[in-house]
Amino acid sequence: MADIVIDRVVKEFGSFRALQEVSLTVNDGEFVALLGPSGCGKTTLLRIIAGLETQSSGRVVIGGRDVSDLAPRKRRLAMVFQNYAVFPHMTVFENVAFGLRMQKASQADVRRKVERAAALLHIDGYLDRYPAKLSGGQRQRVAVARALAVEPAVLLMDEPLSNLDALLRLEMRTELKAVLREAGTTTIYVTHDQTEAMGLADRIAVMYGGKIDQIGSPLEIYATPATRFVGGFIGSPPMNFIKVRCAQGKAQIGAAVLPCPVAGGDIELGLRGEDASLTADGAGIPFDVRVVEPMGSHLLLTGSIDGQLARIVAPPTAKVDAGARVGLSVDPSRLTWIDSGTGRAMART
Amino acid sequence: MPARTSWIPYALIAPSVIFLGALFLVPLVQTVWLSVSAGDGLSLENYQRMAGDLNFSLAVSNTFLLTLVVVPIQVVLALAMATMVTKLDKGRDLVLWVLTIPLGISDLAAGLAWLALLQNTGYLNSALYALGLIPGPTGWLSQETPWSLFFAIAMAEVWRATAIVLVILIAGLQLIPKEFSEAAEIFGARPWTRFRRITLPLLKPSLQSALILRTVLAFEVFAVVYALGGRNFPVLAGEAYVWQNDNQNYGVAAAYAVLIMAISLAATAVYLRVLRTRPEQLP
Repeated sequence: MADIVIDRVVKEFGSFRALQEVSLTVNDGEFVALLGPSGCGKTTLLRIIAGLETQSSGRVVIGGRDVSDLAPRKRRLAMVFQNYAVFPHMTVFENVAFGLRMQKASQADVRRKVERAAALLHIDGYLDRYPAKLSGGQRQRVAVARALAVEPAVLLMDEPLSNLDALLRLEMRTELKAVLREAGTTTIYVTHDQTEAMGLADRIAVMYGGKIDQIGSPLEIYATPATRFVGGFIGSPPMNFIKVRCAQGKAQIGAAVLPCPVAGGDIELGLRGEDASLTADGAGIPFDVRVVEPMGSHLLLTGSIDGQLARIVAPPTAKVDAGARVGLSVDPSRLTWIDSGTGRAMART
Repeated sequence: MPARTSWIPYALIAPSVIFLGALFLVPLVQTVWLSVSAGDGLSLENYQRMAGDLNFSLAVSNTFLLTLVVVPIQVVLALAMATMVTKLDKGRDLVLWVLTIPLGISDLAAGLAWLALLQNTGYLNSALYALGLIPGPTGWLSQETPWSLFFAIAMAEVWRATAIVLVILIAGLQLIPKEFSEAAEIFGARPWTRFRRITLPLLKPSLQSALILRTVLAFEVFAVVYALGGRNFPVLAGEAYVWQNDNQNYGVAAAYAVLIMAISLAATAVYLRVLRTRPEQLP
């Protein structure tokens, strides 16, 4: 087992800075997701940890060993690729056995470990088949089994579920979590899918523009985003941002008055759609409903607060009509205040 | 659906079939017919004359020797060059362009270029003489120096025709996703192991095409041999030429042509069988 320290890693492609001094510590046995939109540098960071890409500066330390200049094969890690990279000319058994064969493990050892990994991933029935005869989901299991068979200290996963259909993805996600928890492997998992990151990870590093905007547990990141980007990227519907003007430590929206973290000035109020509830008497923050979408588990209301777009989640049984003005009450402790200039959240009061 | 699509593949290959039929099958049948007809009826007389000829066994052994030496060297060289070219970040196209220049040179011109290098008063001898390594003009391409003649022809053939193998292999290498090699690297494979266990097996279909093409062409080797050695180094295609033009005996020439074709077909069959990729092992 091993911890991973990423120390001020910079990656430049020509004049483009793909990673700007990224630092991240992953504890032994921890599952960290790198989450961000495409082009944010998350895959580049993962490939640098793997050694498939060379950092322009900075260090990668795995288990106390500086691996920054080591070849991938000397870093003692395993990886699952987005398009599986299961070798087509080898049987499932030989695919899973590949890492063990490279370690020159004894025949008995190879058989034992391959069978254990295959049983874990439920592919023990296909060991003699070639990957072309398997479905996408089964191939992905082979790729994961190949990675787990070598009992790696560190497991890197690059969007491993993105090529699967939605239902299979959900199933694999649950299974992956159980398998990895049992193995106790330190895992870094790259994804652009927030539900995947929220569901799997102990901690999430949200990346944007070659930087890590925030690192924290899924709940922390959700409830207390550090930047406007994190708030807008995480959650469905995304966080609402309402520009307000503070005066004497108070902000007024319609008839409602909220306590401000600053004495005066223009700031943004970050409000999660489900943190607002409809008031019975129409008092509170005025919300002009434009569209009502019944989603089954809830109603998604799209409209405007103080002329600015907002999406609010209401109970499925709420009686709301499009075109109506309703009142919202909010818990001040669940609000995020954003500095309009820097885009960063302000210290909570 | 199956009923509707069943004739489409045939319709699509029909133009090529007609083309091949008119320009290849008809001459082929004519050649075979020519080789087995002597006088009034069918006979194997032409084949007997061919086999009984003084140069026949020499032509057979020379052609095979040349093929067995040249083709493996070309494949190994092309593999090395293709691996190098695909690893280049900058100047890849320029390097590939330079490496494939011999492809654009006709085989007779290539033979003559090497003749200019290697003949008695050629550039090689001038250089060796200037360096004081030889006392005067030395023959490398005569009947008295069969090994240097063979070496010269082999070298010229390697120079001339390695590029076609290279081009096919580069196309094949580009089809292999880099993730396979990366995955092997992550799981502990050294460069040579990656090449042997991953790249080479995945390159097999391209390797098969390149080998078939190169081997068939090697059995037909003619112009380079003719330019460098004339009949000092008899080969099958050269003998066919001699019987056709010098001896004006079209029957024996046709017999040689049929023999070359039979050898080529046999070699192709061997490659198709030995280097077969089973459908389930394709990426």
